[in-house]
Amino acid sequence: MKYPLALTLVLAALLSPFASLAEVAPDEIVVPAEIDTVAPAPVTGLTARDYVDNSDAGDKIVLSWELSADDGSGEGDVVAYELARSTVEGETGDSLTVVPAGATRYIDDTAEPGTVYRYTVTATDGANTSAPAISGPVAGRRSFFQPMRLPVLVLLGIFFGMVLIFTQLAQRGAELFVRRIPGLNAIEEAVGRATEMGRPVLYVPGIGEIDNIMTIASLTILAHVAKITARYDTPLIVPTARAVVMSAAEEVVKQAHAEVGKPDTYDPDNIRYLSDAQFAFAGAVNGIMLREKPAANLYMGAFWAESLLLAETGFEAGAIQVAGTAMVSQLPFFVTACDFTLMGEELYAASAYLSREPKLLGSLKGSDWMKVLSIAIMLAGIVLRFAGHDAFVNWFRTQ
Amino acid sequence: MRREIPLIITFLAGTFMLVDFFVPHVVVSGAADEMKQWGIIVIAASILLGIGNLIRVHSKKIARRQEGWIYSIITLASMGVMFAFGGPWGTIEEGSAFNWMFINMQVPLQSTMFSLLAFFIASAAYRAFRLRSAEASLLLIAAIVVMLGRVPIGQFLTRNLPEKATLPWITETIMSYPNMAAFRGILMGAALGVMAMGLRIILGIERSYLGGEK
Repeated sequence: MKYPLALTLVLAALLSPFASLAEVAPDEIVVPAEIDTVAPAPVTGLTARDYVDNSDAGDKIVLSWELSADDGSGEGDVVAYELARSTVEGETGDSLTVVPAGATRYIDDTAEPGTVYRYTVTATDGANTSAPAISGPVAGRRSFFQPMRLPVLVLLGIFFGMVLIFTQLAQRGAELFVRRIPGLNAIEEAVGRATEMGRPVLYVPGIGEIDNIMTIASLTILAHVAKITARYDTPLIVPTARAVVMSAAEEVVKQAHAEVGKPDTYDPDNIRYLSDAQFAFAGAVNGIMLREKPAANLYMGAFWAESLLLAETGFEAGAIQVAGTAMVSQLPFFVTACDFTLMGEELYAASAYLSREPKLLGSLKGSDWMKVLSIAIMLAGIVLRFAGHDAFVNWFRTQ
Repeated sequence: MRREIPLIITFLAGTFMLVDFFVPHVVVSGAADEMKQWGIIVIAASILLGIGNLIRVHSKKIARRQEGWIYSIITLASMGVMFAFGGPWGTIEEGSAFNWMFINMQVPLQSTMFSLLAFFIASAAYRAFRLRSAEASLLLIAAIVVMLGRVPIGQFLTRNLPEKATLPWITETIMSYPNMAAFRGILMGAALGVMAMGLRIILGIERSYLGGEK
């Protein structure tokens, strides 16, 4: 026992000059962390159900759960959730994925359609995992109806029913009142002015493709305008940004000339394809306005940033201008630069308004009554929500 | 039959697209996607019609020496040059002549047209905000408030006022309530108009877009 003590003392004496080097500041002393041996609380309310998306192959299952009590509160040490999937009851099965803390939803898009799965979700703090939460059996299947779109289907059914009822009423001779739309009345006036001045009418059907409903609405108005210009022998210039629209416009104008008994006055060179490029088209139309000096410019259809370039040039050229679009962002420009503007629904009402055909007027009245119903639904929703009943409003959710 | 066949095709295609909206089954959505692809192909192929029209109209204009015929020569020459370089050497490939001309000629030209919008907005705004009526005055006041509220000087000018009297707060209120209400009203009306129009087209009630109503 003496020798080890003596050896210690000798070593202490030898090392004493270096003692200060070995000193460690108290705050730098590394105390081994207490090892966490407490597993986080498990997730609750785990549900798994078939997920219906817009192209449902039956291979998606959506999982949702309530956060672990230690995620964001409690110990607050949950770092992730581990998801596993099994086809055998009582087994955890294969690991599926790991999602970060805070997640309460996961869509498994690798499910085999028709195979019954059970999902397990465990919370982990990096060292320990919680007790597993296990879902009930679930299988993906190919659905024939998107349940989230039920409200749309119901309202669409009511709307179509209204349109058909009013169409029938109109066909039986019922008087249907349609309010005056000054912009549409102005079209004939504008064409008349161009005729008096011996100058052409410019009709721009927007830059939308033929699958844009505004472009189709525009073509129906073009049919009406072309009949008036054909009757008065006024040249009608139709510049287009889409080749299919050009082709359709050719048919519309040619047919209009045939219907007023003047097929020989149809000039195919006045239906012009200019460019698919937005601003090249705008530049070309502006060139037509300044060179050929149309007395009336009609802009009907889908317009984007070129709307003001066209309308301001037309204004500077001194033409009477009527515009119509459902592009809300472009309406202020047209309102500012044009003499008359058809706003939103007025564009779609034009063909019914101009033709006064009972069947078309019936659809217009159906739309009006649907508007009344929509306002009633909104008011009911506001009242019920204030009264604390959310079920009515929630029923209309589509997402 | 010349009229009936397009109407039948319209009815079938329109109804199928409506069904696709509600039926998510992969067979239906797959067929609908296929149909949309056909539409894209038809539209892409129709560019030939457009080119034909462009050549016909401008050739006649040049032949007749109509006003601005010189621009028709430039149009046709430009199209020919783009064709000549695009065909053999590719169009979107980095470094190809077509791509170079597109990036360095067409894009700046289009940007120039777009930038002109600033001047057009100024002249249109001047006319819109002239004090001609009560509505125009209201528009002018609202516009001044919103414009000032969107820039730092608006915040600076009203920094000592209570929050609900500051220009940014008033701007936000104008944009979120009266402006948004009008915006949504127009949108809802337009949406119903679209539905009514769609129904008229699917049922064949609206047929003037096919060329005439009879």
